[in-house]
Amino acid sequence: MASFRAFLITLTGSARDLVPIVLVIGFFQLAVLRQPIPNFLELLLGTLFVVAGLALFVRGLDMGLFPIGESMAYAFARKGSVLWLLLFAFALGFGTTVAEPALIAIADEAAAVAATGQMIADNDDARAAYALGLRLTVAISVGAAIVLGVLRILRGWPIQYLIIGGYIGVIVMTAIAPDEIIGIAYDSGGVTTSTITVPLVTALGVGLASSIKGRNPMTDGFGLIALASLTPMIFVMGYGILI
Amino acid sequence: MARLTELLQTLLGTVTDVLPIALIIFGFQLFVLRRPVPNLRKVLTGFVYVLLGLALFLEGLEMALFPVGKLMAEQLTDPDFLRSFEHLGGAALDWWDYRWVYLFAFAIGFATTIAEPSLLAVAIKANQVSGGGIGVWGLRVAVALGVAIGIAVGTYRIVTGTPLYWYILVGYVVVVIQTLYAPRLIIALAYDSGGVTTSTVTVPLVAALGLGLASTVPGRSPLLDGFGLIAFASLFPMMTVMAYAQISEWWTHRGTD
Repeated sequence: MASFRAFLITLTGSARDLVPIVLVIGFFQLAVLRQPIPNFLELLLGTLFVVAGLALFVRGLDMGLFPIGESMAYAFARKGSVLWLLLFAFALGFGTTVAEPALIAIADEAAAVAATGQMIADNDDARAAYALGLRLTVAISVGAAIVLGVLRILRGWPIQYLIIGGYIGVIVMTAIAPDEIIGIAYDSGGVTTSTITVPLVTALGVGLASSIKGRNPMTDGFGLIALASLTPMIFVMGYGILI
Repeated sequence: MARLTELLQTLLGTVTDVLPIALIIFGFQLFVLRRPVPNLRKVLTGFVYVLLGLALFLEGLEMALFPVGKLMAEQLTDPDFLRSFEHLGGAALDWWDYRWVYLFAFAIGFATTIAEPSLLAVAIKANQVSGGGIGVWGLRVAVALGVAIGIAVGTYRIVTGTPLYWYILVGYVVVVIQTLYAPRLIIALAYDSGGVTTSTVTVPLVAALGLGLASTVPGRSPLLDGFGLIAFASLFPMMTVMAYAQISEWWTHRGTD
């Protein structure tokens, strides 16, 4: 009964989260474009789905994703094997990115750009190979980023040095990469971190930082996602230079 | 009935997305850590909730928000619609004629970010870790404002056709300067908030807006200029989150002096 009430509270929260979108779409459709709202019933049903889905997701976070991320961080810290921890970090980064639908979509578009710009042959095989290469590149770079981020937490390096170093890397690569790849490379940084990866990786970072002596979960626990969105930019531009 | 099959397909898609993650987690748990998962039943129920929740969420977006949002992005960027505000008619459009597009970009960027599940997850965690010092809503509004500004500036860039890297370069310089002055506790979180903003809700709508603009503005190519909005949406939240921390720090100091 108590959990049902908790769920109702989450449900109202989710409904509130959706109010801005409904207002924006309603305002532009009715006041700016001055057109009726199409398929009103469909819209209403869809909105109810979204609200219920968001509420379930939030409950699931608290019950499943957050606890498993943290308990694994504690278990690795107690086991004391850095090698296994880094291997886990790489697997998590690579495994969650390689099958990411947003990345698959962007890789296909990138292949189309490359074919138009005559960087690769304009046929299906060449495009598929290029898209797969790009996906693997991004997945490896996210794996590497999580490994680097976990090392940072273990050693206590300040995050800003890594990020500023990464920025310099991005700028240098931008200067030498072909123009066609730059927009895609910048965007690929944003699409790598999916809705399931983010809570897991955040819980892992915070869990590690709180189980290691001398680390602050606030300053050391966050930052993994920032690295995971920065490295793909550098790697994708590198891919653009090599191919 | 058709609705139910679609929902099941979305659910299947979500399960395939989560499968590699689940394999990695339980593989390491069983073979490397070799200890039972604490509260296994609760954790598994939680995973099922996450799967069901995401599937419902995505299906609902496909049914309701994406069609309307994409249609609106197309209509707002249509030159005929933009000309209807002008008395001259037929004259070349300058950047100011796209003002409704910027406003729409700002509003939709803000609204979709508030509903972004991964941002909610990070905000909940930050609130727990900071012992309530960082408010869930404060962070979400700060990030949403950042995305809103970022996408509005990004659409302006597509309209004017200025190079993407200049904006990113200046943005980096601002972020680095802010890093020097922002409270140390917020820095890592601010960097993270750049990456979490753009997922399930924001990317499809923003991509539709960018492609719509790039294909209707004369002289732009959708392939070359349609990209880059997501980069803006991940850059500006870093600035607004650090600004949020700077302002709230200044506010508390002002009170004690």
